[in-house]
Amino acid sequence: MAEKTFRVVGTSVTRKDAPLKARGEALYADDIRLPLMLHARVKRADVGHARILRIDTSKAEALPGVKAVVVGEEAPIPYGIVPQMPTEYALAYKKVRYHGEPVAAVAAVDPDTAEKALDLIEVEYEPLPVYTDPKEAMAPDAVKIHEESPFPANIAYQAEQEFGDVDRAFAESHYVLEKTFRTSYVNHAFLEPHSAVAKFDTNGELTIWSGTQVPHYLHRTLSKVLEMPMQKIHVKVPKVGGGFGGKGEVSNNELIAALLARKAGRPVKLTYSRKEVFLQHRGRHPIEIRMKIGVDRDGYIQALEYDGTMDGGAYGGWGVVILFYTAAMLHLPYKVKNVRFRGRRVYTNKPTCGAMRGLGGVQPRFAMESLLDQIAIDLGMSPYEIKKKNAIDQTHETVSGVYVRHSEYKQCIDKVVENSGYLEKHRKLPFGRGVGLAGGYYISGTAYTLYMSYKPHSTATVRVDTEAGVTVYCGATDIGQGSDMVLGMMAAEKLGLPFDQIHVVSGDTTLAPFDLGSFASRVTVAAGTAVCQACDRVLEKIFSVAAVQLGCRAQQLAVADGEIYSVFEPHKKRMGFWEAVERYIDANGPLVASGEFTPPRRTGKFKGANIGHSPTYGFTAQVAEVEVDTETGEIRVVNYWEAGDCGQAINPQSVEGQVEGSIVMGMGQALFEQVRVAEDGRLLNPNLHDYKVPTAADLPQIRTHIVDSYDPDSPFGAKESGEGPIQPVIPAILNAIYDAIGVRFTEMPVTPEKVLEALERRKSERS
Amino acid sequence: MPSSVPSSRRPGPPAESVAERLAIRFVLNGKPVEARVEPRRTLLWVLREEFDLVGAKEGCGVGECGACTVLLDGEAVNACLVLAGKVDGRTVTTVEGLGGPEALHPLQQWFIRKHAVQCGYCTPGMLLSAAALLRRNPDPTREEIREALAGNLCRCTGYVQIVEAVRAAAREMAGR
Ligand code: FES
Ligand code: FES
Repeated sequence: MAEKTFRVVGTSVTRKDAPLKARGEALYADDIRLPLMLHARVKRADVGHARILRIDTSKAEALPGVKAVVVGEEAPIPYGIVPQMPTEYALAYKKVRYHGEPVAAVAAVDPDTAEKALDLIEVEYEPLPVYTDPKEAMAPDAVKIHEESPFPANIAYQAEQEFGDVDRAFAESHYVLEKTFRTSYVNHAFLEPHSAVAKFDTNGELTIWSGTQVPHYLHRTLSKVLEMPMQKIHVKVPKVGGGFGGKGEVSNNELIAALLARKAGRPVKLTYSRKEVFLQHRGRHPIEIRMKIGVDRDGYIQALEYDGTMDGGAYGGWGVVILFYTAAMLHLPYKVKNVRFRGRRVYTNKPTCGAMRGLGGVQPRFAMESLLDQIAIDLGMSPYEIKKKNAIDQTHETVSGVYVRHSEYKQCIDKVVENSGYLEKHRKLPFGRGVGLAGGYYISGTAYTLYMSYKPHSTATVRVDTEAGVTVYCGATDIGQGSDMVLGMMAAEKLGLPFDQIHVVSGDTTLAPFDLGSFASRVTVAAGTAVCQACDRVLEKIFSVAAVQLGCRAQQLAVADGEIYSVFEPHKKRMGFWEAVERYIDANGPLVASGEFTPPRRTGKFKGANIGHSPTYGFTAQVAEVEVDTETGEIRVVNYWEAGDCGQAINPQSVEGQVEGSIVMGMGQALFEQVRVAEDGRLLNPNLHDYKVPTAADLPQIRTHIVDSYDPDSPFGAKESGEGPIQPVIPAILNAIYDAIGVRFTEMPVTPEKVLEALERRKSERS
Repeated sequence: MPSSVPSSRRPGPPAESVAERLAIRFVLNGKPVEARVEPRRTLLWVLREEFDLVGAKEGCGVGECGACTVLLDGEAVNACLVLAGKVDGRTVTTVEGLGGPEALHPLQQWFIRKHAVQCGYCTPGMLLSAAALLRRNPDPTREEIREALAGNLCRCTGYVQIVEAVRAAAREMAGR
């Protein structure tokens, strides 16, 4: 293990944006007001699937105060976060594919006028059959939602992967269990609705302020859809009110605001209502999963088979990538030698599914951790034993070729079992009370960009200046998770300065050097490495000057507490950091250096082989304790324990916040959350009253624990902590429900009605 | 840009309806203020559009998320549900007026210290709901805090650090 004597890293410094946010000073996109700014509203389809025959906007255009109206025909270029498969338009073009899809948009002097103008727009449709269930959409005679899709019926993409000799391994297994699981249609429900302000200047350059996780992909997409060079577009990310993946691809409000601003010649703001957030969606894919696991006499996994049908909704989005993530997620954190994957993503006439915290992992994890729990119980073993036996070691290579360079997963399981008293409680608590154990992992970044490119995934520039101080420029985007803080802490540690002296400029495609964006839990490792490298290069420059001044070798120099010193004669040979900086600049000019990060490129010779590789991985194990009210069917998560391997925690308090947020979000999906859809494709509960997310009143007693861990190849030993912790939440809770009342739920959310029904069934089966 | 267009920095109704506006007087963050607004406007609209106080956020606009919470005569209310006319003659405190000009309110300080602020979109509303709680119950238990904050959604923190922050602030304010 590397030496861990840090001054800033590993401490719970307070975030620099926190005081601004706590005082109402922090600006989000909707808080921005520009002179002459117009307000936009969107006309949305009131049909679920239809051809557009005619749109008449003349009356809307004639309304006083209306400055521009746009329709899909004005931007007929398809886009998508996966550039090889563009399926989507800024506004519906020729066809409407979900109820509530934008068909026209208005910019007016105030929101009321814009709203009024929407009623004056006439749209004539030729209705088509609406499919809200992937099974109907996959029927051979179903009308294609995307005519150009090369797969049969409404399959958007399908794939198979096979490793080892699966059939033989099943035949030789001592015990095989198969079950079908169904996951739910859930939304991120971040608190800040999508909002963007777009402005064209006299030179024809576009500046857009938007609460996005991916300024770089927004930059590319604006260039494509608006047909203008990227150099003329400036994306600026103000404070972002949460993303969780939902702002991890371009949202149509961004494109519509820009189109309207260009047409009107005035700045335009387009902020979505809560209902529109549900329509923009990109939430977790509902998947029907058939999973089969075979084990030997001792509980060692012999084979695993997965068949999954993903309900993709109307458009492509991240879909194909997520499909392959569900495949990759089968191989960890347990040793599985024989694996068969069959999966497909299906278009339906619903708001599009996409990336949501822990994408691709949460659904297969639910199936796998539930099955292993049941297998252990059926074999008379403890679920702890089966999970510990099969858990990967500190390094591991999967049969699919994924290499894990560092894992403390076993430590996580041991720790959480110890802290929760799982072994003393499991199968021993009174009826109605139970504990459940589950584990999980997640990537810390990806190995490839979505469009094939060899450029570094992250770059950072550090400028040290006698007047302006230290500024870290990095395109990584703080969406509320605290990445500015993490990067600032790393720079402070490297340069031997206090954290509050570091300025971070991020989320700006003009000011900050390139970064792919905030998704896939990539920022700490990727942007962190780039920042560390830039700092090392800055130090190299300063040391060259300090060495002359101090009369020693530059290689002997180190920096801490604002002083540069020789490691051999720290008391004799030392000088102030800022004095050395001044001398450097006097002699050489500006003190600037850049760093970069390119992940190791691993792949394989099968479809989807690029996906699942990551520089490093985070792990977690969790125990839920639930209480089931057998009268009302209500489930209460009373206690929750977590033990996580996020490498060295850069800021432990921040890690705790990520873990706690993940647990509560996962609990929402397990117990309450579900977007409901009518047969005509209309959403039945697109609001925060009927779509229930956990409140403070639902909060269990949560105890998190960061296990001793350090990934020597990561910046300061750190790994992800924002998405791994959501992986095991659903199965931990559902395993606990099984322990409490002996009912194995394979569908979420587990509502009181379902509990009562199951208890009733159990009773009648017994009598 | 067309110069004939009047500035619309504050989105409002076209000029002809100005006559229907309602005059309201109230105390905003300790200072008496006046505004002329259409009766259908909400307090949230008045704060954000008339007074440039953008600390109160709109997360839903219909009383379901708590992001717009402010104090009305010391009680926490969803500003998106309060009609402007209802504010006449009363006292409103927003997050901008929670602390003094020099120092932050202990709640603000403890939210910062306990890491109860992530994306921050729920923070202003949370702070004011917590302030209203501490006003009527200076020594709340964890359960009482959780109940009092149940109308304020937070999707980032999982509430743990928020509850801790409120407890710490209560302790400090009571000199315990
Ligand atoms: S904006 Fe007022 S409660 Fe949501
Ligand atoms: S901090 Fe993001 S919603 Fe509470």
